[in-house]
Amino acid sequence: MPSDMPPVVVKLPPALVRLFPGAERRVELRASAPSRTVGDVIDTLDSRWPGMRDRICDSTPRIRRHMNVFVAGERATLETPLEPGAEVVVLTAISGG
Amino acid sequence: MTNKVLILIGTKKGAFILESDAERRSWELRGPFCETWPMNHVIADPATGTIFGGGGSEWFGPAVWKSADLGATWTHSSAGLAYPEGEEPIKSVWSVAKGGTNLYAGVEPAGLFRSDDGGESWHHVAGLRDHPSRPHWHPGGGGLILHSLITHPDDDRQIWAGISAAGVFHTADGGETWQPRNRGTKADFLPEGENYPEYGQCVHCLVMAPGMPDRLYQQNHCGMYRSHDGGRQWESIEAGLPSTFGFPAATHPRDPSTLYLLPLNGDSVGRYVPDGKAAVWRTRDGGESWEALRDGLPQGNTFFGVLRQAMATDRLEPAGVYFGTSTGALFASADEGDSWNCVAQHLPTILSVETLVVEA
Repeated sequence: MPSDMPPVVVKLPPALVRLFPGAERRVELRASAPSRTVGDVIDTLDSRWPGMRDRICDSTPRIRRHMNVFVAGERATLETPLEPGAEVVVLTAISGG
Repeated sequence: MTNKVLILIGTKKGAFILESDAERRSWELRGPFCETWPMNHVIADPATGTIFGGGGSEWFGPAVWKSADLGATWTHSSAGLAYPEGEEPIKSVWSVAKGGTNLYAGVEPAGLFRSDDGGESWHHVAGLRDHPSRPHWHPGGGGLILHSLITHPDDDRQIWAGISAAGVFHTADGGETWQPRNRGTKADFLPEGENYPEYGQCVHCLVMAPGMPDRLYQQNHCGMYRSHDGGRQWESIEAGLPSTFGFPAATHPRDPSTLYLLPLNGDSVGRYVPDGKAAVWRTRDGGESWEALRDGLPQGNTFFGVLRQAMATDRLEPAGVYFGTSTGALFASADEGDSWNCVAQHLPTILSVETLVVEA
């Protein structure tokens, strides 16, 4: 992604951010970070906050059953491609009792 | 030297800590910790005081949590805590145990992991899942979980693992190879004539007698057992107990012949304390005879259960005994079980109870 391209914006849920000191709810990934797919974005998050990939993805590997990732309003997979300026929204799904 | 006693409590919604002095008369509750994740087993390394908690979140998956300051601050890690790609992912950590300088974690679906850096990263002990019986392991009511771990006090290479419902397995080579150790334990849920298989029993809790590594005790779905040879052969010790069903077992800190059990009424009738009356059952002779300990415990209209890892002793003199209930109450005895007090209630469902004594 050339440096003049708009960044990919990632929004993280509070319950996830609380697990990683220093993590923020809104993360901008600039051109220096490869972010061609949702999987790339999650790899970049993991390099900033080691262990974050394991909280969003399982070892299949795929996005965890009770986590949701949306891109442009659609539920995404690790393979979902991203355009420059895309917004990636990570949410905790309804779960528990 | 003044001692401080901590009761480490794993619950369906986070870890909690109860703290008292050596008198153990009044207790102060702290928590919830671990971001209210379901915490199946919270232990402490007695040598360092570091607390480790195994659990798993429906959202975020499995992890082992760690606190080096008696619960004030926590970190978590699951680095390496994974099966190979394509296999059913790990759902939760069910048991944590220290063995030599290593830390072990038993997980669901059943398997064993080892950490040699204090829980920062994990390595699969693949030998257990490579056992030829593995395709025939079937989950118990709680899932296919490795919930009991015993390490040998003098031999780092020996480990016993209890899996529901695959039974007890033992390694003498640090986890490379494993042997089933279930001879003499029953599987009532199998067809008649096939009730004593090599593996497939529903072990509920496995403990080792202090100072006697060959003597093991086991609470099973189908009876209570003792072994004098490290689990090669088991014999029933259920005569004199009110049922053959229960979950937890706890050994005395010094006396290898004292054991505490908490029998429940049966697997298909509610799994409550029998007759709606709570009792811990104690043997002082290795299971030859039993006495019910009821002083201070509710003796009517009581319908709680106590799960497999939810009873423990401390190392003080006299020993403290503790258990936590499915209804979120914690009962404590400071006199080896002779009398009891409810020291916490209205907690989430209690999944595990362990203790730590530290010099204050």
